[in-house]
Amino acid sequence: MNFQRLHLDKTMFYALLALALVSVLTVYSASGKDLGTTGSHALRLLFGFGVLLAVAQVRPDNFERWSPHLFAVGLGLLILVLLIGTIGKGAQRWLNLGVVRFQPSEIMKLALPMMLAWYLARADLPPTLVRLGGAFLIALVPAVLIARQPDLGTGTLVFAAGAFTLFLAGMRWGVIAVLAAGVAAALPILWNVMHDYQRHRVLTLFDPESDPLGTGYHTIQSMIAVGSGGFYGKGWLNSSQAHLEYLPEAGTDFIFAVFAEEFGLIGGLILLGLYVFVGLRAMLIAFYAQNAYARLLAGGLGLIFFFSFFVNIGMVVGILPIVGVPLPVMSYGGTSIVTVMAGFGILMSIQTHRRIVEH
Amino acid sequence: MLNIPLKDHFRQTRIFNARLSVAASVLLLLALVLAARIAWLQLFAHDHFSTLSQANRIRPLPIPPVRGLLLDRNGVVLASSYPVYTLEIVPEQVGSRSELRQLLDDLGRLVTVTDGDLKQFEKQLRERPRFEALTLRTHLTDAEAARIAVRRPYLQGVELQARLQRHYPLGGLGVHAIGYVGRINESEMSRIDKGAYRGMHHIGKLGIEAAYERLLLGQVGVEKVETNAHGRALRNIERVAPLAGRNLHLSLDAKLQALTEEALGKRRGAVIALDPRNGAVLAFVSTPTYDPNPFVNGIDSTNYKALLDNPDKPLINRALNGQYAPGSTIKAFLGLAALEAPGENFDPSRPVVCDGSFNLPGSRHQFRDWKKAGHGTVGLREAIQQSCDVYFYRLAVALGIEGVKKFLAPFGFGRKTGLDLMGESEGILPSPEWKRARGLPWYPGETVVVGIGQGPILVTPLQLASATAALANHGRRFTPRLVASAENAKTRERQEFPPQVLDPVPLQDAQHLEQVIQHLTAVVHTDRGTAYGIGWNAPYKIAGKTGTAQVAGIAQGAVYREKETPERLRDHALFISFAPVEDPQVAVAVIVENGGHGSSAAAPIARKVMDHIILGRQSAAAVAPKSEHEE
Repeated sequence: MNFQRLHLDKTMFYALLALALVSVLTVYSASGKDLGTTGSHALRLLFGFGVLLAVAQVRPDNFERWSPHLFAVGLGLLILVLLIGTIGKGAQRWLNLGVVRFQPSEIMKLALPMMLAWYLARADLPPTLVRLGGAFLIALVPAVLIARQPDLGTGTLVFAAGAFTLFLAGMRWGVIAVLAAGVAAALPILWNVMHDYQRHRVLTLFDPESDPLGTGYHTIQSMIAVGSGGFYGKGWLNSSQAHLEYLPEAGTDFIFAVFAEEFGLIGGLILLGLYVFVGLRAMLIAFYAQNAYARLLAGGLGLIFFFSFFVNIGMVVGILPIVGVPLPVMSYGGTSIVTVMAGFGILMSIQTHRRIVEH
Repeated sequence: MLNIPLKDHFRQTRIFNARLSVAASVLLLLALVLAARIAWLQLFAHDHFSTLSQANRIRPLPIPPVRGLLLDRNGVVLASSYPVYTLEIVPEQVGSRSELRQLLDDLGRLVTVTDGDLKQFEKQLRERPRFEALTLRTHLTDAEAARIAVRRPYLQGVELQARLQRHYPLGGLGVHAIGYVGRINESEMSRIDKGAYRGMHHIGKLGIEAAYERLLLGQVGVEKVETNAHGRALRNIERVAPLAGRNLHLSLDAKLQALTEEALGKRRGAVIALDPRNGAVLAFVSTPTYDPNPFVNGIDSTNYKALLDNPDKPLINRALNGQYAPGSTIKAFLGLAALEAPGENFDPSRPVVCDGSFNLPGSRHQFRDWKKAGHGTVGLREAIQQSCDVYFYRLAVALGIEGVKKFLAPFGFGRKTGLDLMGESEGILPSPEWKRARGLPWYPGETVVVGIGQGPILVTPLQLASATAALANHGRRFTPRLVASAENAKTRERQEFPPQVLDPVPLQDAQHLEQVIQHLTAVVHTDRGTAYGIGWNAPYKIAGKTGTAQVAGIAQGAVYREKETPERLRDHALFISFAPVEDPQVAVAVIVENGGHGSSAAAPIARKVMDHIILGRQSAAAVAPKSEHEE
């Protein structure tokens, strides 16, 4: 297979393939050997790889040209979803296109880093304070729209994607320090305006037993799954936590727990290593990228991938509160697989469309 | 800029690469934290979790709490919960769609399943996750429950549950105050704390049920059940009992409420009775009413459509959201303005000649008095007593619209009263700015008609009652309140909600208000008063004011004839009053839509309300030991 002619990055492609394979095996186990679920997951992954291949053929300067338009469309869809949701009083995250339903917030996961890279790359870097302000606004509007759906998890993720891009663009450390101080100062205020149950959710992180029926239950069961796996694991298809239905959302948000229970510390660390490897590969692509836009975009995508799996696994092993962030590539269901794969398509395009002659 | 582009490019790349390295290092560190945590869980804590995993045959199950009761001021139950057998299906356990269809057919042969039940079930099927128990039927008879119970082992995915069902024993009585609960829908699901509602299917949707949801709800209990490897329950290990919701004691009087709804009969209208001494709502009536019970498990579309299409619009809360022109009832308040803040060209001590019409200087438009021949020479007393329009036209012009607004605002017009229900309307206390904001100019004629409570001014029955209570109470005001206390269902401990004092109506001289009250008393108790019909035989002193609010405009020179006007265009009848004048116990506002005259349609209803409160309690006091009635 000629990877360069297919515009694929060989190393990353094989790593993703490995993740996909592990994913199918784990979903099969977590779903209680349900072939229907596993099949649809495999199909979705296959479709994701198709999208990856298609996106990788597009030249990076085209992405750059499309960035503002894609962002505008994404923003429009988000507003549409809020309006329709308000009228229908129903689910506000989904847009029903008759054949497929999809979440416009997923588009934003790609469109926002693209837009910010485009916006920042138009002027000299590091950005001036005014441009920084503009960039913050660009990141804030979709994040707030998504958070209002309400989908706080994805909203945070989208905003984080924006923040990463700004960081890479060379936002001054002074500004970062001021912002960090601001966030730290806002935490007690945030704590005060939080609902009782939201505080409760944070507190149960430190003492899961205090709410064994609620969020604490998820954390406890998930930690039991991981911990009981031990060094070698219980073996494939032997996750008792998932099969006896103690582990909630075994196939989706908590899929890492199932994997760690069945494949133990060895499997868990290998999988974690695989994720780290993919994330680092993305950063390497950013390092080699040839212009400011491509660098910022590749770096932003890499960091957001890193961030997503850290948040998900952190939640599964009980060091982060329960937020509904799926594990990229592994988790069953949702439109997220397609978005993630499209993101990797962009990365591969940036990597394989470099001009051969340099310096 | 002195930097040449090439150098700049180099600098950009350098910064970017530095940042990338920083980010990569931080993230690697985070990954190490994860690795360390996983290793800790799987190596050092492995024994602990392994034991837990094997012992993990204990499944926590939620026990829903009993929702708090709603009781009237005498302990009459307005809303309660009682257990009913419900037939539930977990679609995921049934299997495919065709299997589900088959199961529904089978169940249809065992128990009665109506088309409405099926429709409701289909709706839940679309909206709820497949692993959740969906209700097919409620209120199974004992025989039906027994038939299901016997075949239960063969009915995969079917559950027979004894669930607590909300019930409103008095049907539609006070429904606009009480509200109802209904099934939790998708948008509520995303708003509420799912943990607090575990095992529960209902939530307060309207009225007190919605406004006091947090107190009524209670706390979910937990039952830890030991299960076998297939998840079937073997025995109970531990039980944390649920905490029942608080019982709410309302200030409403169910008997009075019933009597008032009956007095309104088939007519559309609203009545609010308040205790002016603390703002307690004694009656909260909006007619027509409707039965909230079908809403609890989801009303079927036919019946719902019938309610929506009913021309009398029973679902509208007229007491809370009905916005009406106050008509002549506004004169009770503007009369006080005449004494308190007379305009430059107005002296309340000098009588006005009423010849039946009023012109603005330089205009030929005639503002007519309801009495064509006029009232002759009238002072403030006569103007209120006989409801002379010309007097108040002049007064309004002298005060100016700003003066009118400034004076009426402290009574609470144009603002929410703050009643403990959600979604209250504000009414309109107009001003030139208010109209300008809507792109319209203010016409001087509008100031004139606001003087008799017509034109752009709109009030809700609740505002009218609250303002009347302020008059009765010599300017002191309280937030109207429906719920008096919350009671812990177990310890019977009561938490009283103290009256909420509002800013009083500022008065230059308390005597002024005394005078107005005397004039309002003359409305009811002198033979020229417009409400003498209810006053001549009253055993206690009433102060009141009639009002008739135009619904349709009448052309210049035309005559309004009630009999010839279609019912929907007839005037609204209004009446406000309080009694006994010396020591007011009740303030009432009555609005009868298209009822005609305030004196004939609205005032008699107010009289019934006041009789019940004042005479009803007195006669009860004669029989019962006195101490119980010292409230």
